[in-house]
Amino acid sequence: MPKITFIDQKGNSKTIDVANGLTVMEGAVQNNVPGIDADCGGSMACATCHVYVEDSWFNKISKAEDAENDMIDMAYNPKKNSRLSCQIIVSDELDGLVVTTPEKQT
Amino acid sequence: MIKTDVVIIGAGPVGLFAVHQLGIKGLKSEVIDNLDKAGGQCIELYPDKPIYDIPAVPECSGKSLTENLLQQIKPFSSNQHLNERVQEITEKNGSWIVKTNKDKIFVTPNIIIAGGVGSFEPRKLPLKELSKFEGKSVFYSVTDKTLFKNKKISIFGGGDSALDWALEFSKNSKVTLIHRRDEFRGAPHTLKELEKLKVEGKITIKTPFQIDSINEGKEISFIKIKNDDEKIEKIETDIVLGFFGLIMQLGPIAKWGLNMDKKTIKVNTENFQTNKPGIFAIGDICSYPGKLKLILSGFHEAALASVECFKRARPNETYKFQFTTSSKEIQERLGIKK
Repeated sequence: MPKITFIDQKGNSKTIDVANGLTVMEGAVQNNVPGIDADCGGSMACATCHVYVEDSWFNKISKAEDAENDMIDMAYNPKKNSRLSCQIIVSDELDGLVVTTPEKQT
Repeated sequence: MIKTDVVIIGAGPVGLFAVHQLGIKGLKSEVIDNLDKAGGQCIELYPDKPIYDIPAVPECSGKSLTENLLQQIKPFSSNQHLNERVQEITEKNGSWIVKTNKDKIFVTPNIIIAGGVGSFEPRKLPLKELSKFEGKSVFYSVTDKTLFKNKKISIFGGGDSALDWALEFSKNSKVTLIHRRDEFRGAPHTLKELEKLKVEGKITIKTPFQIDSINEGKEISFIKIKNDDEKIEKIETDIVLGFFGLIMQLGPIAKWGLNMDKKTIKVNTENFQTNKPGIFAIGDICSYPGKLKLILSGFHEAALASVECFKRARPNETYKFQFTTSSKEIQERLGIKK
């Protein structure tokens, strides 16, 4: 199973196995990764599963749609490499993906 | 003081359907919600998004689902207390006393929490120093437009609210609109108007910029903004407005002594009661093994909770299960004339 690593703002990291086809958000929630709230459950309506994708990975992931970027506008401290983890679908190509969680999800 | 059989916290689809399930059992309910309208997430987050998994409704929008539920509960004399948030729940002589932030008090044997993921609050700018100016020179909503006349206003955001207020205030004030990326999302005529005002020099637009800092002191006189390349610009400002939509906060619910599992309330699946007798949790806010955050699950939970509410509100009566198709009693309550 692909491994996904989450790093928080203090530098603590957690690596989990996520099955292909699940979203990075679902993997985080099922594995109790702190810093991913996912209030709306993955309907791209809340921006509380916001992550920063490490630069080397950012371009390998399919680009965000307009609706996702509109939601990221609402997120706490968005950056160029911001994504909603509910929109990143895990596949073998993403094995080793590293994302950073923001200071908070509000 | 309002006495009722059930207080429902949350006017989302599940809270509204609870009114129905209680109503057909002859129970009176009062609904309290922090938003200014019924519908919860369906109205606030996705009024126009299609929903395909409401049983027997192949497709509907959040808005039409809400309208139909309001239609369905019309026969019942349930009041909605909107723009109000439940602050406090206390127990007195076997009843629950529910107090709102507007000091309204309810006395009831039953509380159904159908609060989704909590109450909606505005999202704020990610700069701690701004919090002490909130309500004075930093705002996340506009209630009194006169406060914003002849000022230097910095508006953050890229959606409809930010754009609409930028256009409005540019009539009487010096407006700078700041957004984290170059694209704005608004109605076509709004975007056109914005472009026009920009060309005429009536609005300054700064993209892709975000807040960096503010001046020290007792009043805001300028803010600094920075872009992705750490380029910093100073903008003279009296008033800061931020429009980043709403976020759901659990709020006071966490302090009511209920057994919680992260942001959700643990319930049993027989009647969706919490660890406190007479307090129920249904819909997205409840948790139990196998819980699915679906509207249809919330409807089921409302039906079962309403049975226990009946038993508690009418301890001297026997509960009898009835079908709407055949029960004259229910049909009378629904106001059906044959």
